[in-house]
Amino acid sequence: MENLNLILPEIFISLSIMFLLILGVFKNDSSKITFNLSLFAILITTIITFNETFSVTRETLFNESVVIDSMSSLMKIITLIGGFLVLVISSTYLKTFKIYNIEYPVLILSSILGMMVMISSNDLIVFYMGLELQSLALYVLATYNRDQLKSSEAGLKYFVLSALSSGLLLYGCSLVYGFSGSTNFDIISNQLNSNEYVLTFGIVFILVGLAFKISAVPFHMWAPDVYEGSPTTVTLFFTIVPKVAALTVFIRFLYVPFLNLIDQWQMIIVFLSIASMVFGAVAAIGQTNIKRLIAYSSIGHIGYTLAGLATASNDGIQSSIIYISIYVVMNLALFSCLLMLRRKDQYYEDIDDLSGLSKNHPLLSLCLLLILFSLAGIPPLAGFFAKFYVFKAVLEQSMYFLAIVGLLSTVVAAFYYLRIIKIMYFDKEKDKYDTDHSLWLKFSLTVSTILILLYFIFPSQLIEVVSRINII
Amino acid sequence: MNFPILSSLILLPTIGALFLFFIKEKEGNNTTIKYVALFTTVVNFLISIYLCITFDQSTSSFQFIEDRTWIKGFINYKVGVDGISILFIILTTFITPLCIISVNNSVKNRLRDFLIAILIMESFMIGVFSALDLVVFYLFFEAGLIPMFLIIGIWGGARRVYSAFKFFLYTLLGSVLMLVAIISIYWITGTTDVVQLYEIGIDVKYQNLLWLAFFSSFAVKTPMWPVHTWLPDAHVEAPTAGSVLLAAILLKMAGYGFIRFSLGLFPVASEVFTPLIYTLSVIAIIFTSLIALMQEDMKKLIAYSSVAHMGFVTLGIFTLQQQGIEGSIIQMISHGLVSAALFLTVGVVYDRMHSRLISTYGGLVSVIPKYSILFMLFALASLGLPGTSGFIGEFLILMGAFKDNFLVAVVASIGVILGAAYMLWLYKRVVFGKLVNEDLKKILDLNRSEYFILSCLAAPILFFGFYPDPLINTIEVSVTDLINMHKINIASK
Repeated sequence: MENLNLILPEIFISLSIMFLLILGVFKNDSSKITFNLSLFAILITTIITFNETFSVTRETLFNESVVIDSMSSLMKIITLIGGFLVLVISSTYLKTFKIYNIEYPVLILSSILGMMVMISSNDLIVFYMGLELQSLALYVLATYNRDQLKSSEAGLKYFVLSALSSGLLLYGCSLVYGFSGSTNFDIISNQLNSNEYVLTFGIVFILVGLAFKISAVPFHMWAPDVYEGSPTTVTLFFTIVPKVAALTVFIRFLYVPFLNLIDQWQMIIVFLSIASMVFGAVAAIGQTNIKRLIAYSSIGHIGYTLAGLATASNDGIQSSIIYISIYVVMNLALFSCLLMLRRKDQYYEDIDDLSGLSKNHPLLSLCLLLILFSLAGIPPLAGFFAKFYVFKAVLEQSMYFLAIVGLLSTVVAAFYYLRIIKIMYFDKEKDKYDTDHSLWLKFSLTVSTILILLYFIFPSQLIEVVSRINII
Repeated sequence: MNFPILSSLILLPTIGALFLFFIKEKEGNNTTIKYVALFTTVVNFLISIYLCITFDQSTSSFQFIEDRTWIKGFINYKVGVDGISILFIILTTFITPLCIISVNNSVKNRLRDFLIAILIMESFMIGVFSALDLVVFYLFFEAGLIPMFLIIGIWGGARRVYSAFKFFLYTLLGSVLMLVAIISIYWITGTTDVVQLYEIGIDVKYQNLLWLAFFSSFAVKTPMWPVHTWLPDAHVEAPTAGSVLLAAILLKMAGYGFIRFSLGLFPVASEVFTPLIYTLSVIAIIFTSLIALMQEDMKKLIAYSSVAHMGFVTLGIFTLQQQGIEGSIIQMISHGLVSAALFLTVGVVYDRMHSRLISTYGGLVSVIPKYSILFMLFALASLGLPGTSGFIGEFLILMGAFKDNFLVAVVASIGVILGAAYMLWLYKRVVFGKLVNEDLKKILDLNRSEYFILSCLAAPILFFGFYPDPLINTIEVSVTDLINMHKINIASK
């Protein structure tokens, strides 16, 4: 008999989704209660995940098609916390646009469920199922503000391109299956030793599909448009939660089934990483919309995460996971600031709207200042340490070129972060923004900013948690 | 475990800044804010004096060491001082209170934020001078960019945005390569602890590249020709207190870094690259002195003179002679005092006339005599007149240079003459001559606080000019040890 306790979180979250859907059908005007219940469901799922799986080193279920190990439990917890905070700070925004409906929390829950399946997958089929579940939910979320043209456009664009990449991914999977005769990652890993051309094609297709999902250059084209068009809270969700899940799958693919073919994929990852870092830094300079800018900046950050993966060492994987965790916190803080730029039921998204913010809202702009310097990777803020660990791992493998290009692109990236700071601090002020923000929004901004600011006092804790992850 | 005196030196200004953060700024009346900041920095100065008194001058090993695990199995938070760094710490704690007194007139809006930035800056600067771990050093070194960027950008002059960006990006670009080098050192030797690294030594085959990476950072920060161009911009646009911090302390970080890290960690490479440093230093001395001659703007002139003076410093350090290095350290301390004083004197007339152009002034001596006398003292100290601290530094540096390379020393000596030329010419145009500008007749002489600040700076300049022994005694053992270690390293390779 399988130990079903290990997938209790997934079971619980599926049941909650069904329950909430039924509730939506039978109860009128149930959006508020759905919101609260789904928050509650995520909270309980987090606790279950922590209790049941956090101490598990490695267990497999269902003919080894699902794996529970320290990486999957950590990433699930990050996903869940990210999802919780996104949901909790969304309500004011959704109410403003009159889209405060029951579908929103349910869609977020189902995409989280998809991600959890992805994170735990140890089998091509299970992986693909999870991927599609989360993608379908995300398509709808992107168009969630359906009365706005941009939102519908974003959803359509995301759907078409994402479907294309899923197709590539699936084709790659079928090639790999053809060569190994199995869909199970561990078996594939044992079977794949040859250097057949067609097999390389399979790997490339899979990597392309995954690179698309985390929006690494050159498969990033969808990101700026989709990020700009989607409702801001959904953009926040896009920039953090699916990236955590996709990164986990990325790690899993590279270091379980394809471990023996490291010569084939290492160059690809190095290329993706360098291209993303450089392009993310350069392309963000000309942006005027904050959401577009964040899209490019997140492309750059994905580049740094991939740099850790390219090292083919446990240190590298751990540094990537640390990077993505810190990145989640920074983005959460950044979007909390963005959601505070509200005046008379209108949200402002242009960089120029930040003009002179420091005079009217000194605290908010101080937080934003810290967040931006942290994103730029200036010590002693958390963002510096994220980069520091990655480059430490990269240099351990003597990949000097990657490290130097990466660090030089941080200088370029610093330019556009500084530009925002310049607009906030050095330019003339505009009208004041509303200050009656929801308690949760203030909470998420305060907590994440404090984490960013004071990370340097206790850097060891995060490392200790992550150091339990030994994939290779 | 003894009382963590260095950590408290580093932390105290930040705690003061936190206090300020919670005090509400009132329109027009900011005395509380100023007194809190002043109190913090004065207490810090007193602590550093105590540090100096209890410091043991007879040993070259690091004292007041604090060593705590920070990132497990990787980095320790390690701080300590030896004869070289203690002087810079005292310089920092001495200059900062004077800066805070001086903001009275120059900073009009958002005084509280300004003082917070200065206090945090002080924390980082003390951190740089006391760090004994490469990563900790880098952390403080880079972190200083944030407050300085804001100081220039928010409270600066007309072209402040351009200058702030230039300052930030130049320095960041230089520093990232140093980060690569620091991490590489960790993988080569297994530690980033400076004391351990001194003992282990770094394999010769890596030294050249690592040295260059450190050099790229320090050269920008020093600043050496040809990457000095950020400095005049930053200086000119920064508010007076910002210029003072920048000139007096920030520039010294690089000189200190050269002594502590480039010489200490890469002895062989230092020997290899000495010609490079000599060339760049000599160019800096002659070239920027000539540029300084042509300046219309007083602050710009002093900024270029800083580049020239730092040229002497780098020259002295890489003579690898006892006199040269001691001279460089004394020159740095002296330049810290003199350039701070010069920027403050320019600030005094700027506050009254709102012009930095030399042509605005002339004939000041008949209107504001007290000011003119102090200005003369600082101008003479800057050009290295015997009897001022500027002389001791330059003299020792040239002595060291003559021992090592005659040609370089001769060319550098021409720089001394040029230095006298631009400084005296500046003084002549501003203070002497006919009083043409009508507005100048109405300006007032130094007020009490200005008088106090400038005298505070004048006293050590004269004192160390006549009696440099306290400085030399403090650094002597450490420098001797550094040079001996260097010789042993060279001999064994």
